[in-house]
Amino acid sequence: MERTVLTKIVDDFNASQSDWRVMIEQFPQAAYNDSVVAAALSGELPDILDVDGPIMPNWAWAGYLAPLTIDPDVLEGFLPGVIGTWNDKIYSVGFWDAALAMFARKSVLEANGIRVPTLDEPWTGEEFDEILVTLKDTGEYDYPLNIGMADKGEWYPYAFPPYLWSSGGDLVNRETYQTAEEALNSDAAIKWGEWWQSLFERDLVPGPSQRLADHQNGFAEGKYALNWTGNWLALSSLETYGDDLLFLPAPDFGEGGKIGAGSWQFAVSATSAHQDGANAFIEFALKDEYFAAFSDGIGPIPPTREAAAMSEYYAAGAPMEVFDELSERQGTLRPVTPGYVVQSLVFQKAIADIANGANVVTALDTAVDEINADIQNNAGYGHN
Amino acid sequence: MAVSGSRLLSSNRAGWTMAAPAFGLILLFIILPFTLAFGLSFTNQRLFSPNPTQWVGMANFDQLLGVSALTLEPERDDAGEIVRDDAGAPTYPRLRGYTRNNPDYPNLVGKQEWFSFQYGESRTYVLASDVVFMKALINTFIFVLVVAPLQGGIALLLALMVNQKLRGINVFRAVYFMPVVVSIVVVSLLWRFIYAGDNGLLNNVLGWVTFGAFQPVDWLGNPDTALPAIIAMSIWQAVGFHMVIWLAGLQTISPTLYEAANIEGATRFQAFRYVTWPGLRNTAVLVLIVITMQAFALFAQIDVMTKGGPLDSTQTMVFQAVERGYRKQDIAAGSVISVILFLIVLSISLIQRYLTREKT
Amino acid sequence: MATVDGQNRTFDRTWRYALLILGAVIFVGPLLFMVMSSLKPDPQLLADTESLRAFLPVGDISLSNYVAAFQRAPVATFIFNSVLVTGLTVILSLFICSMAAFSLVFMRWRGRDVILAVIIATLIVPFETIAIPMLIVVNNLPWIGPEGFSFGWLNSYRVQIVPFISDGLTIFLFVQFFKDLPRELIEASRVEGATWFQIYWRVVMPLSGPVVATAAILKFLYMYNQYLWPLMVTQAEGYRPVMVGLQYFFQLNTAWGELMAYLLVITVPVLLFYLVLQRAFISSIASTGVKG
Repeated sequence: MERTVLTKIVDDFNASQSDWRVMIEQFPQAAYNDSVVAAALSGELPDILDVDGPIMPNWAWAGYLAPLTIDPDVLEGFLPGVIGTWNDKIYSVGFWDAALAMFARKSVLEANGIRVPTLDEPWTGEEFDEILVTLKDTGEYDYPLNIGMADKGEWYPYAFPPYLWSSGGDLVNRETYQTAEEALNSDAAIKWGEWWQSLFERDLVPGPSQRLADHQNGFAEGKYALNWTGNWLALSSLETYGDDLLFLPAPDFGEGGKIGAGSWQFAVSATSAHQDGANAFIEFALKDEYFAAFSDGIGPIPPTREAAAMSEYYAAGAPMEVFDELSERQGTLRPVTPGYVVQSLVFQKAIADIANGANVVTALDTAVDEINADIQNNAGYGHN
Repeated sequence: MAVSGSRLLSSNRAGWTMAAPAFGLILLFIILPFTLAFGLSFTNQRLFSPNPTQWVGMANFDQLLGVSALTLEPERDDAGEIVRDDAGAPTYPRLRGYTRNNPDYPNLVGKQEWFSFQYGESRTYVLASDVVFMKALINTFIFVLVVAPLQGGIALLLALMVNQKLRGINVFRAVYFMPVVVSIVVVSLLWRFIYAGDNGLLNNVLGWVTFGAFQPVDWLGNPDTALPAIIAMSIWQAVGFHMVIWLAGLQTISPTLYEAANIEGATRFQAFRYVTWPGLRNTAVLVLIVITMQAFALFAQIDVMTKGGPLDSTQTMVFQAVERGYRKQDIAAGSVISVILFLIVLSISLIQRYLTREKT
Repeated sequence: MATVDGQNRTFDRTWRYALLILGAVIFVGPLLFMVMSSLKPDPQLLADTESLRAFLPVGDISLSNYVAAFQRAPVATFIFNSVLVTGLTVILSLFICSMAAFSLVFMRWRGRDVILAVIIATLIVPFETIAIPMLIVVNNLPWIGPEGFSFGWLNSYRVQIVPFISDGLTIFLFVQFFKDLPRELIEASRVEGATWFQIYWRVVMPLSGPVVATAAILKFLYMYNQYLWPLMVTQAEGYRPVMVGLQYFFQLNTAWGELMAYLLVITVPVLLFYLVLQRAFISSIASTGVKG
């Protein structure tokens, strides 16, 4: 689907002018980074490439990307998560964003006397914990909540840091980006880690060896009462539960409810001999009608209000409208630093270790040491 | 022209010419990359970086192999009594107080507990700068030490089984060899279903065989069973190949030797011990060498099935080399592991060669 | 006594078959699961893994996964690439490695022993550990093609073939085999005035059928199952081999049924290759294996 829309944009662009011709090259997503890293090393990058938002600073810092030269006014009114900025320059822009939400069923909440949270008044951390216990005690579910531990990979550092942020911790100190000490192993972070571990110890969520099939279908089959997942699964869940389905904001553990922002974005490679053309194409493609087409085709959130209004799912009164606001109010970028590539892998391991019963303090300290050693090895990653 | 045997066979130019293509390619595609890796292991080279590469000497090796010991006395309350936890075991100060921001222990900075043991009342902690690598090192050795004899032994048993004169034995030979032709990546994907927790295939089959008495095990999710599970799968996949090598060895043993043993009244075991086994000695060396080399390179199974988890129970050296060098973009760190692995395997094969040398 | 003996023998034989069949079940079971799964739609496939139905062709059986797999990825291209790359590598490898082994065993030249020792030592370098430096090397290699002179080998067939032509194990296998050929043959040919290449090609190689089969199968399996390297060096779809094609089935939601179908389809060429060489293979091991 994504390819269909993209092909149309490319055809439109090629037809609209005669200076440039754009062609599409496909990388399978699962191996994307492995494959593109090798291409970058060999100077064989395509002119325009699709890059995961949080990875972008790494590439920009390493000199593989050129800043975009498109008119900044064009980006007026875009969701903050779709604009990729590194050291005060814009390097990438997304045609959509993704958002997380707590998928729930109205009937289940009502039956258990659970209040429906709002963006102004999300569940508090304690309230959330009690809700999970209440749902578990009903005995009707395999687990009260699915957080998708089966989906190893970039899901972990996308889906789980929001809980850490909301508790007052982070992957790295965001003021300097030079250390993770007192960010990832602060008292707040340790408290979060212990709560996180207790989710598994109390059987409130399935552990890392959850079956993929259960992760994919468990909520629809009624095995889980709540599902912490993204807007890309909203459609299929709506098909199952219709009006009964709710997309709830993230719980607030003290610092406000948070969800991750920033998805795949387009950038121009520094080695490209046709940077003008590449920029021209991106600027050409930044049209509400295309955003709406992507959204209708594959379901992501359009980056502008206007495009949302034109889209099938996110227009006023449409079933997924709520995601616009979730994105806008709770969306938080992952640390904007070239070190994120390593930090996300380190975090991923720490999360899994904690879930598997490792000592929380040791796990977080180890993660901090590794992140700090990496920052030092890279001479601070060139933050301005 | 007087021709001697050695003159006939000596030919510097032709000899070099015929060996050159193969050696040249090895030089370019194995020795050169390895030399590069060796050089990089003394630098801070990154895969992606605008920073200049610097010579760092042995720092990478120190970081990887650094180990210290720390002995702690139990905590005492004001009265000098040992503080005990609920289970009655003495409690010790947190290691964190020594390894983090403690100027009195500069040698412990950045180290973490690897393992610890009790001696009297005090407890000794062995700390490593890179616990994950230490675990990878140990796991790799466990894998090699278990797989080499086990896979070789099972392969020999299978070879003896399919070396019988029975109708249809060729079918069994083919069947036992089948997993070998399937890629290890494919096999690993397949076995994730087999090893799944709760309702995985293996749990189901075991439950069915024991009439429900078997308690399901989360094979890959439990630190105690993850590595054994990967060992079992690896053997399943590769054992057929070594079976064929043994089989070939068995078939070269002259039947007259068995007849002689029979006449002497030897039992089956005696026939194996005094006829079969001596005849297989050279085959055994080949099988052992090939399995050991392959076992040290353990990577694909880990990458597809566990990524080193749970709790580092399946970390291996080659997996860590790829993880660090490529995915964490730290070529220097990946190269150090490659160099250490090379040195380890080299010393082992030298020892192996010494022990299995032909005594003259 | 005779009857007791007869009973014993029947009993003995039953036992032997029971053991053999148990072994066969263990080796075939997982593969049977793969075959059956490729015929089922995903929800049923996943549900069936909870029972022994996983091994049976029951429920909604069809070939639709095969059709879908071919639509999802250019399967034919991948198989063609793999067969081409593997085939060429195997042929070149057999030629170049056997020639080197011939030189190392039968000819006397300065530096021979050192070269042999170095080649054997390369046996213990796992490929994964030198993958990245190798990437740097191939990326700086020159090439002269139809478009002229250029640097960098990425996105080509040669980058998948040339680095793997020569390897320690193949040379080692040939060396072990050649050592046991009668030297008189070579000396006699020399006296008759044959060139070295003629001896290699006309005298030694015709005797080497068994070791050629062994080396060919080993190399074929290794090349066909390559994964990490092609992933790193083939950004252009047109050059990708079958194992990289696997990735096409792991998008947001893995298509398990299609994946199983794909796995089966890509295993067929290996099976064919093995069946063709099987006979020569077993007899070849018989002559190489024993000498260790």
